[in-house]
Amino acid sequence: MKGEEGLFKAESLTAMQKLTLRFVVVGLVYYLFVVVEGMIMRIVEVEQIEMISQEQFFAILTAHPLVGIFGSTYAIVMGAFLFLVPYLMKKPLYSMKLAHWNFFLITAGTFIFWLAGFISHYAPLYTLYWPLPADFSQFNPVGGAIFILGIALVMVGSMFFVINIFKTIAYTPEGWEKQPGAKLLGSALGTVGFGNLFKKKSKRKEHLVSLPVAAIARGSVDVALNAGILLFTGLLILVYMIGAILGYDLKDTAVDALLYKNWFWWGLDLIADGLVLIFVAGTWYLLATMITGKRLFMQNIARAALLLELVVSWTVWSHHLLSDQAQPAFLKVVSGEMVTAFELITQGLAFFITLATLWAARPLKMTNELKFLLGGLLGFALAVPAGIMQADVGLNRILHNTQWIVGPHVHVAILVGLTMTLYAAIYLLLPILTNGAKLYSQKLANLHFWFHLLGGIGMGAFMGMAGLKGMLRRTLYFNGEYELYMILALVCGGLLLIGFLLFFFNIVMTLGVEGVIGVFKPVKNKNKDLVPAE
Amino acid sequence: MVDSTLVLKGQTIAYSCYCLVILLVMTWFALRITRPGKSKVNPILFYSFVGFLTVLGVSLHIVTYNTIPWAEMDLNRHEITPDKSFAIDVANHEFLLPAEKMIVEVGEIVVFDVTSKDLTYGFGLFRKDNTMLFQMQVVPGHRNDIMWKFVKPGIYSIRSTEYSGPKGIAMVVENAVEVVPEGTLSK
Repeated sequence: MKGEEGLFKAESLTAMQKLTLRFVVVGLVYYLFVVVEGMIMRIVEVEQIEMISQEQFFAILTAHPLVGIFGSTYAIVMGAFLFLVPYLMKKPLYSMKLAHWNFFLITAGTFIFWLAGFISHYAPLYTLYWPLPADFSQFNPVGGAIFILGIALVMVGSMFFVINIFKTIAYTPEGWEKQPGAKLLGSALGTVGFGNLFKKKSKRKEHLVSLPVAAIARGSVDVALNAGILLFTGLLILVYMIGAILGYDLKDTAVDALLYKNWFWWGLDLIADGLVLIFVAGTWYLLATMITGKRLFMQNIARAALLLELVVSWTVWSHHLLSDQAQPAFLKVVSGEMVTAFELITQGLAFFITLATLWAARPLKMTNELKFLLGGLLGFALAVPAGIMQADVGLNRILHNTQWIVGPHVHVAILVGLTMTLYAAIYLLLPILTNGAKLYSQKLANLHFWFHLLGGIGMGAFMGMAGLKGMLRRTLYFNGEYELYMILALVCGGLLLIGFLLFFFNIVMTLGVEGVIGVFKPVKNKNKDLVPAE
Repeated sequence: MVDSTLVLKGQTIAYSCYCLVILLVMTWFALRITRPGKSKVNPILFYSFVGFLTVLGVSLHIVTYNTIPWAEMDLNRHEITPDKSFAIDVANHEFLLPAEKMIVEVGEIVVFDVTSKDLTYGFGLFRKDNTMLFQMQVVPGHRNDIMWKFVKPGIYSIRSTEYSGPKGIAMVVENAVEVVPEGTLSK
């Protein structure tokens, strides 16, 4: 009840520590939603079960990635970054109030859209290809309107996060000497680093913000742009839904389906090929420097690569439209193939720089954060080339919308690459956020690592094999066509679920049930300290 | 023309080899990082790696463009005159095929012109063993045409390859296209 050796005391936490831990706990609970949903779908892919209708299956398929990205990943990442930016800049967060609203909107918004999908079976999929979101012969407009409202709340919460991050970087805390706000923002966004590339060593300007803060700032630009795109898209769909609720059938051909598709993928790639890759690279750099206590290898190039990644993320979307015959060939080749290939370079650079930084500090102890970091690096090393292969005019013709895309590319990138990086950050930050709580069991942490790594890679591999045999994503097969692959993927999914349950149990036992409840009790100490004063 | 099965086989071999190499490299790294030893990383290694990635990223598309025959044909399809053309409509989650059965001779260049009357769908041809021959997206309000040269006789099914709501999973037309040996139709 009281946690390992009674070391964790929730009442000793600062307001900032509590808020960060709340983000993490909620993110992990939503991750559990996602894993359970994933397992349900894995079972249905093997054999249809009565309690899950086809409509329910596709509602789960719609909610699954959105809960994973917004409810889980956004929550954990935002909680961690709202703590880390002030921690690394040695100044308080700009606004606790905004951060609390950020937390509330992400948590509530995710629950609302998940519940709306669960009850009403609103299932246009996360791709929302027009005019499907407004097809009220298949979906209920009331359920859909509540679904969209939930997404909109998440986007407003995301905007609050972005404002808080940039304000924290630039503002002058009360009683401090005036901070050079514009220069700090310039450094965070990369203008200083970019200029340094063309200057002699002696004339290079000093970086005012650390590299991880720069990565967070640049990823936040994509968070803001994406929130704007999804809010606009949601509003458009909402107009059609309200029209249908009031009995007016709006003409869905008023929106061009291909233009909408371009618009949607431009926005969505700001997540998939933008902020995820930028945040992940920044987190790798942070973890590598904190684990080793050394400077980052090739720091200036790492900064430039982050800036390049930001620009790439704005111009890369067309690789999702290589199978759209009306998409101009110019966009297919330049944006879809060539710009996408840059991701091999930017992610490859981050991969090498992180490994080189670790190598320079050998011998290192194989801590939990180090082993999960290596797992995360491996995940992206496997998933990025798989993505580059499908972003090819020739290969896309036989890979698009198969299980290859969603297996070796999407799930390996998210489950192995991104999630293991997040686990590494959680293990690293746990003592800082809990004022020295001791992990309940190292054996459980080791089991979590192996179950997650093997489960994630295995599931992606078997899905990929089915994809190469023609199995499509987003569909169901009824005659056992790909049964063997789906059974093997189910077994690997089971490993992921067991791994997560072991991790969750380990964390609860570390903090104690009382401790976990204490994290959600009102904070007594309302000052802006990040960690308790000595 | 090379069959898509062969292209997938080549891709499988290449990606599997890569996976094996990267797994071995990461295992080696994880073992060595915990042991004392030489720790300096030569910047030349870094720049060589960047150069390698650049060459790889650019050459992948050049290689596929020159080895996967449908890539070039697809990008230049409006300049090529097909031997046959089939117009197919899609509406209410149903493929509306031409009245006559679609029969093609091996070696013929064929265009499938698919028009959606309502939602975004997909159009894919699948072999008897469920493997995919090719696919494209079918977007309403736009022309969706795919040019293909069949290299083997066979009977193919049509399946929608894009999610269009729960009703979309039933969008399968078995044995919709028949490819017969060269010269069969002219006999």
